[in-house]
Amino acid sequence: MNLDAKIPSGPIEKKWAKHKFDMKLVSPANKRKYTVAVVGTGLAGGAAAATLGELGYNVLSFCFQDSPRRAHSIAAQGGINAAKNYQGDGDSIYRLFYDTVKGGDFRAREANVYRLAEVSNNIIDQCVAQGVPFAREYGGYLDNRSFGGAQVSRTFYARGQTGQQLLLGAYSSLMRQVSAGTVKMFARTEMLDIVIVDGQARGVVVRDLVSGEVKSYAADAVVLATGGYGNVFYLSTNAKNCNVTAAYRAYKKGAGFANPCFTQIHPTCIPVSGDYQSKLTLMSESLRNDGRVWVPKQKGDKRKPGDINEEERDYYLERKYPSFGNLAPRDIASRAAKEACDDGKGVGESGLGVYLDFASSIKRLGEDAIRERYGNLFQMYEHITAENPYKQPMRIFPAVHYTMGGLWVDYNLQSTIPGLFVLGEANFSDHGANRLGASALMQGLADGYFIIPYTIGNYLAGVKPNTANKVESAEFKHSEEEVQQKIKKLLSINGSRSVDSFHRELGLIMWDHCGMARDEKGLKEALKKIPKLREEFWKDVRVLGDGEEFNQSLEKAGRVADFLEFAEVMCRDALEREESCGGHFRTEYQTEDGEAKRNDAEYCYASVWEHKGDGVPPVKHKEMLSFENVTLATRSYK
Amino acid sequence: MDFKVHVWRQKNRNSQGKMVTYELANISEEMSFLEMLDVLNEQLIGRNEEPIAFDHDCREGICGACSAVINGVPHGPEHGTTTCQLHMRSLKGVRELFVEPFRSRAFPIIKDLVVDRSAFDRIISAGGYVSVNAGSAQDANNLPVPKEAADKSFDAATCIGCGACVAACKNASAMLFVSAKISQLALLPQGDPERDRRVSKMVKQMDEEGFGNCTNTYECEAACPKEISVENIARLNCEFLRSTFISNEE
Ligand SMILES: Cc1cc2nc3c(=O)[nH]c(=O)nc-3n(C[C@H](O)[C@H](O)[C@H](O)COP(=O)(O)OP(=O)(O)OC[C@H]3O[C@@H](n4cnc5c(N)ncnc54)[C@H](O)[C@@H]3O)c2cc1C
Ligand code: FES
Repeated sequence: MNLDAKIPSGPIEKKWAKHKFDMKLVSPANKRKYTVAVVGTGLAGGAAAATLGELGYNVLSFCFQDSPRRAHSIAAQGGINAAKNYQGDGDSIYRLFYDTVKGGDFRAREANVYRLAEVSNNIIDQCVAQGVPFAREYGGYLDNRSFGGAQVSRTFYARGQTGQQLLLGAYSSLMRQVSAGTVKMFARTEMLDIVIVDGQARGVVVRDLVSGEVKSYAADAVVLATGGYGNVFYLSTNAKNCNVTAAYRAYKKGAGFANPCFTQIHPTCIPVSGDYQSKLTLMSESLRNDGRVWVPKQKGDKRKPGDINEEERDYYLERKYPSFGNLAPRDIASRAAKEACDDGKGVGESGLGVYLDFASSIKRLGEDAIRERYGNLFQMYEHITAENPYKQPMRIFPAVHYTMGGLWVDYNLQSTIPGLFVLGEANFSDHGANRLGASALMQGLADGYFIIPYTIGNYLAGVKPNTANKVESAEFKHSEEEVQQKIKKLLSINGSRSVDSFHRELGLIMWDHCGMARDEKGLKEALKKIPKLREEFWKDVRVLGDGEEFNQSLEKAGRVADFLEFAEVMCRDALEREESCGGHFRTEYQTEDGEAKRNDAEYCYASVWEHKGDGVPPVKHKEMLSFENVTLATRSYK
Repeated sequence: MDFKVHVWRQKNRNSQGKMVTYELANISEEMSFLEMLDVLNEQLIGRNEEPIAFDHDCREGICGACSAVINGVPHGPEHGTTTCQLHMRSLKGVRELFVEPFRSRAFPIIKDLVVDRSAFDRIISAGGYVSVNAGSAQDANNLPVPKEAADKSFDAATCIGCGACVAACKNASAMLFVSAKISQLALLPQGDPERDRRVSKMVKQMDEEGFGNCTNTYECEAACPKEISVENIARLNCEFLRSTFISNEE
């Protein structure tokens, strides 16, 4: 597997400019001869499809929701980072770059991260021009808030609905291109395979989710922007239908999968309330601007929060990390919460919770100021828990939230398959072993608006447009046949267990053994349990209904079948990475005070997995990471 | 909690649908409405009956996918709440649930509670945007926007495109949906250059999709899970009138 990252030469701050100049161009008149299939309409895919359409390419855009506007990005709450330094508090492109590399615990590629920081400012300009109603100050200028892992205020936001506003901006640009005729939109359409012809990505096989028809679309290049795989844990903050299928099928067709074990557990989510629970709800990190995290000092203290005096409370983040306090990065804040609960100090009925308390901010700023900042989040909390967070502290607990791992891409965002580009959460590129808050929206939009439009041109300039009659070729027919077979198989098993019951069971295995803390024994156990569960799935799953109709059970079954294979790759990756870094915490590797202990001598690389066939273990390759600008150091937030 | 649940079952767009009744026992108050449907679906699968199809994704009240008329009200009895954020505790005392799709001529039924709302996408694509290409924008702070205008624009922009307004209206009018987008952009300087063109095109598309006229009953506002105000409809009317006076198009 060729893992040449194709990082341009020269000093880091000149690389992207130089590369933009060096790349080949497709002339305006030739662009419409090229067809690009973009799978996904979240921030990454929506922005990419719109921009490629604006440039004049012939774009096919796919999503499985009923409208591109409903992609999972819509749910992002807190904000988006950019190095504008509008607050004059010492921010700069270099600082955003530095914070992101450090926040990622030195497991990301410097050159990509620098470019991300560099284009971050253009994103804000673009979104404002689209009419995204960001929060403003009375003077009419844009407002900012702070997020974890940073000591500057660089997060732009639209109340607690930043993702919604950004996505609706990208969606509006996308719909403008639909009306201009450059983009053809296929909603309620699920990509089930990618087609490779002569070693190049040449199209996709999809299922029309309304009619059930399996169809192919040929393209000169394919862009996957299909989001993350957090739902492998069943319970996560992701939208219910997020899944790994598109990325996993690309992996099976030869795309390397990087760092699958790097998953992010978010510290502030509403705790689980019962076994019927279908998903977990995030309470945005921005709340830690004004909320203070604490548990009772006394183990098993079941008094009401209001009855526990100041001196009986442990504001453990402020105590352990005085310089970042409640804004310590996510991996650290999550582990600290787990520690407190493991220690018997957890709150709520289950003991799996800590307090996020706004009392002192409300006292300082007034209830209205807090409502103005977080109104919709407080309302959502109250809806779900029937508790009023203006009057009593929120109860929160860590939950699976984001996946840093994803398909491996080079500097051009191209996977190991020529012509297959991967954007947004679906790739592995920028966040290393831990993503900082408000950086996923930034990355998705950077990839879609400002990077792929350049790099895909460089690729297309080197291939002849060639999509006519392609779907009749043997490669397409073969992929279609495979997809059909799989559907038939799922429908014919007619076993006794529902798809969800398998998914829940897999989720528990993953949470117990590949979740917030991992160790060799547990991972080995998971690697025994997963194949067993998978075998049972293929013998005993019950999928009712037909293939030639709208069938949500069938959709789910295909996704869970892929999770059941993918989970093994994750555990393998976690097992082989014998160090702790960012969100990957191996209990065997920790410092005396319980912090993650990296092993740079042996693991300063991205692990990239290559599929070698069903039933055969995948092979691990390494992209060695070098740090020329930010010195490798132990991450400290104390 | 125990319920008698009557659900609209319809195999596909062309078949006849009907209400089917299920008994459901031991539902926890903490469950969401969709989790209640999940439980029912697991029981149906256990009995070899096809589960009920319903749209959902975020389950956080923001994607606008979920859509059910519950006891006659789109998204159910709780004000300002989507179906996915409705919790069973707010249905205390209710014994029978009637669950139906969002009905409208412009929203054909796909299956059970799932409808086709692509008409909304077509309306947006007719003009619900600012024509700015990626890469051509000026520095964001070169264009100060008064906070009041930004906040009002934001309030309109919170529309999740679920279609409850249409389902609630006796005329199946989409005015609240369309006016939310028109208002968002009309209140901001960025929206100004295309102001007239936008409103005339979006209204034209709305009419072509088969949505009805607005007769000011305000059912839309009452059903809107994001509490979008009918004030936006007034603004739409104003914008539309203005465009008919000064538009150079057609
Ligand atoms: C609750 C929540 C809050 C968050 N808040 C923030 C925040 O404040 N700031 C921040 O920076 N990040 C935040 N994040 C993270 C961020 O929202 C996501 O990482 C980001 O939106 C992912 O965007 P994306 O475009 O890569 O993918 P997504 O938005 O997940 O889009 C994936 C798209 O791919 C399509 N798709 C997937 N598979 C297929 C297939 N097989 N066939 C066809 N289509 C397919 C889907 O239909 C969808 O359109 C949050 C995440 C969550 C869960
Ligand atoms: S499922 Fe997203 S709004 Fe209800």
